[in-house]
Amino acid sequence: MVPISWYLMLAALLFAIGTIGALTRRNGISIFLSIELMLNAANLTLVAYSRQMGDRTGQLIVFFVMAVAAAEAAVGLALFIAVFRSRRTIDVNRLNLMRW
Amino acid sequence: METLIFLIFAALAVASSLVVVAHRSPVYATMSLVVTLFSVAVLFVLLGAPFLGALQILIYAGAIVVLFLFVIMLLNLQKASAAAGRRGGQLWVALPGALLFVGMVGLVFWRAGAPALQPLTADLVSLKGLATALFSDYLLPFEIVGLLLLVAVIGATVAARRAPDGEASRLLPREDFVGAGDEPRKEARS
Amino acid sequence: MLELLWLIPILPLAGAAVNGLLGRRLPKALVTAVGVGAPLLSLLVALGCLWEYAHGQFPNDAYDQVLYAWTTGDLSIPVAFLLDRLSAVMLFIVTFVGFWIHVYSAGYMAHEEGYSRYFAYLNLFMSAMLMLVLGNNYLVMFVGWEGVGLCSYLLIGFYYDQPFPPYAGKKAFIVNRVGDFAFLVGMFALFANFGTLNYHDLFTTIATQPGLVTDHYTMGLPLASFVALCFFVGAMGKSAQIPLYVWLPDAMAGPTPVSALIHAATMVTAGVYMVVRSNVIYQLAPGVSQFVAVIGAATAIFAATIAIAQTDIKKVLAYSTVSQLGYMFLAAGLGAYSAALFHVMTHAFFKALLFLGSGSVIHAMGGEQDMSKMGGLKKYLPSTFRTYVIGALAIAGIPPLAGFFSKDEILHAAAANGQWVLWAVGLITAGLTAFYMFRSVFLTFFGSFRGTHEQEHHLHESPPVMTIPLWILAAGAVVAGFVGVPKVLGGIDRFHEWLQPVLFHPGQPEMGAGTEVLLIAIAVIVAAAGIFLAWRAYGGEDGLANERAWAARFPTLHRVLANKYYVDEIYDALIVRPLAVLSRFFWKVVDTYVIDGTINAGAYLTELTGDVGRFSTTGNVRSYALYFFVGVLLLGCWIAFG
Repeated sequence: MVPISWYLMLAALLFAIGTIGALTRRNGISIFLSIELMLNAANLTLVAYSRQMGDRTGQLIVFFVMAVAAAEAAVGLALFIAVFRSRRTIDVNRLNLMRW
Repeated sequence: METLIFLIFAALAVASSLVVVAHRSPVYATMSLVVTLFSVAVLFVLLGAPFLGALQILIYAGAIVVLFLFVIMLLNLQKASAAAGRRGGQLWVALPGALLFVGMVGLVFWRAGAPALQPLTADLVSLKGLATALFSDYLLPFEIVGLLLLVAVIGATVAARRAPDGEASRLLPREDFVGAGDEPRKEARS
Repeated sequence: MLELLWLIPILPLAGAAVNGLLGRRLPKALVTAVGVGAPLLSLLVALGCLWEYAHGQFPNDAYDQVLYAWTTGDLSIPVAFLLDRLSAVMLFIVTFVGFWIHVYSAGYMAHEEGYSRYFAYLNLFMSAMLMLVLGNNYLVMFVGWEGVGLCSYLLIGFYYDQPFPPYAGKKAFIVNRVGDFAFLVGMFALFANFGTLNYHDLFTTIATQPGLVTDHYTMGLPLASFVALCFFVGAMGKSAQIPLYVWLPDAMAGPTPVSALIHAATMVTAGVYMVVRSNVIYQLAPGVSQFVAVIGAATAIFAATIAIAQTDIKKVLAYSTVSQLGYMFLAAGLGAYSAALFHVMTHAFFKALLFLGSGSVIHAMGGEQDMSKMGGLKKYLPSTFRTYVIGALAIAGIPPLAGFFSKDEILHAAAANGQWVLWAVGLITAGLTAFYMFRSVFLTFFGSFRGTHEQEHHLHESPPVMTIPLWILAAGAVVAGFVGVPKVLGGIDRFHEWLQPVLFHPGQPEMGAGTEVLLIAIAVIVAAAGIFLAWRAYGGEDGLANERAWAARFPTLHRVLANKYYVDEIYDALIVRPLAVLSRFFWKVVDTYVIDGTINAGAYLTELTGDVGRFSTTGNVRSYALYFFVGVLLLGCWIAFG
């Protein structure tokens, strides 16, 4: 039997990698990919706890997270298309109109 | 056996996720994400959630990642990514931060020790139980999520719509409003 | 008719509202109709109420009319009117004298700017004064008390485009605040101990259980003394007693009918009314009562000596008013409350008459108030002259005019109580009063005219709308005394009998009829001597010749009297200037540096924070994400390591 903490450590690792990506990449799409990674890490945590507790709620939450992630991806990518259309770039370092 | 599978797919997930984060080309990164998602799906199955594993592959790997690929191709980001690939000083905050985070989680688990694992029950694994819960106790969230998806579809359509000629985009400033210093570089264009 | 009691204060209030809000658009005739009509209706209702009250039987001998009770929690303040024997007297004085002064005003103010404003204020004053008089508890009285103070301020400063009247108005208002504060404190003390301010409840409780107020101590004084002292300080302000009298002479800056109504006949007697109303409390505070009597006597003689050296005809009357008010407090302090109120009534008639007469003179002289520029006016102003002399005789205490009876009662009370010093002071004051009043008579109406030729050409008797009130008040000054003819002179002293039920004190000590007659004779002789001396000194062709000679012989004395003992200057140096310096300090130092400094420092700090903090707002999503991440990490550290 694999101890649950292994899964959790794996999830933490994936989450940390996703965080590094989200913080360091400048390409909007790459940042989005990193965020998907982080979401997945969180999902893994939820399923792992659901397993340990013997409670189905964790799995249900993962289901909803996936649905929200799908919605988020759709809207986010549509926004990137709109941004790209007007700015010819999705480099977030250049999308800094709302500054002092 | 189970441990072996776990180790293999855990290693695969970590490795592919590093590629996702590190690779310059968005297409490679996206394809790598598919690998990560698949590995996590396997781990879901190991954890007694085969339905979620299937969903993971169908929705994430199947639908969402394809959407990503479409957008990458639509925007033709292959070359643009080269300019965008350089990392700023953020790495020097993000990397220790991430390590600190992993360390913290590890510390918490080490302190907590290994709690006893509940035996895997048929009820937890069964799709029927999940479906019953989803359509009874969680009916309202389910409906709301459905509505959310509908709104997202409409919103995505509106946001991505090409503004008709002579009409300013309602969501973002047009180039006219952008200062000279904000002009995108030449090489960023395809 | 009695159920219409509430209309008496409301009618002038309505008049004030009409004239105050619409007056400038209304034709003058309508303004007059409203301004004079409201007090007339008020007077008629009051007379009806008084008639019914005098012929009816009432529980507690009083008619109570509760209009509305303002209630919060346990506290209930009834807005209620009370007609008892005391308020009946005041009601009659205020409505009757007030109405005739309104009539007179219609003539006097006819050519003035702000005619409707004047009547609005005057009506408002009537309303407040009636509220003061009719209230059945101290709080309603206080509302009226403040209302008359406000109207006094407004009317003193009526000629707001000149420099002095607004200043005088402010002075009156501020000096009155000192007294009002004490009055409030007294009310608080009563309320804290009895939980009510209702006259009837308070006085019956105190009268039946005097121990409640004599054995309880507030700030080191028995409750009765404390409250009595507070109330008297309040009365000092409103009724211009030493040391708070200084506003009243300056209040003459207002129109003359205002001086007649507010600063002679009605408002300034509110303090006397309040003390008489609170006679139960004063009866249980003998020390304070003695204090009241002494202050009253001191004020009486002090103001009388100042009046001798004034050349402004209104100033003479103003100091005379202060002096007569001192008389009233002398009586009240001696426990002769009915005598005090009697003097309030007679004084209201003859002093209003004198003020209106002086107004008529000023009117004829084209605004001139200086008696050294007058003289020989009797042939030009026959009605004014006759009525003014009647008023002067009345105030001097010549029998059988009103002032004789009321003043005699006061002197009698002093003598009967064995307070011979106070009696002597009162007697000297009576002589001085006769002297300065006839000084003003001789300077104004006798001798040769000392003004400019133009003024002489302009001289004319006032129109009937002004002379008729003069004659009415003159009639009052003649007959008002007969309601209080003392028993020793064959009268039945109806006034005293009438008031007896509302006075809780034991009767005044009796004295032998022979002594009493002797004292009356002395008082009359002293008054006559005062008039005689005035005639000798000022009766000549050039009335001021003797005075100039005297001033040359006693320059210091004359200067001190003419400058009113420099009291204003002393107050200025002792109170006003230090206060101004202190205020300047608070303004220039505390306000500018401490208060503004604090606020500005806050503003600078905010600006500084923003200046520094705005660099965090890079507009770059990634840096925001980084901040977020660091924040989450810190939180995580707190959870993991904390």
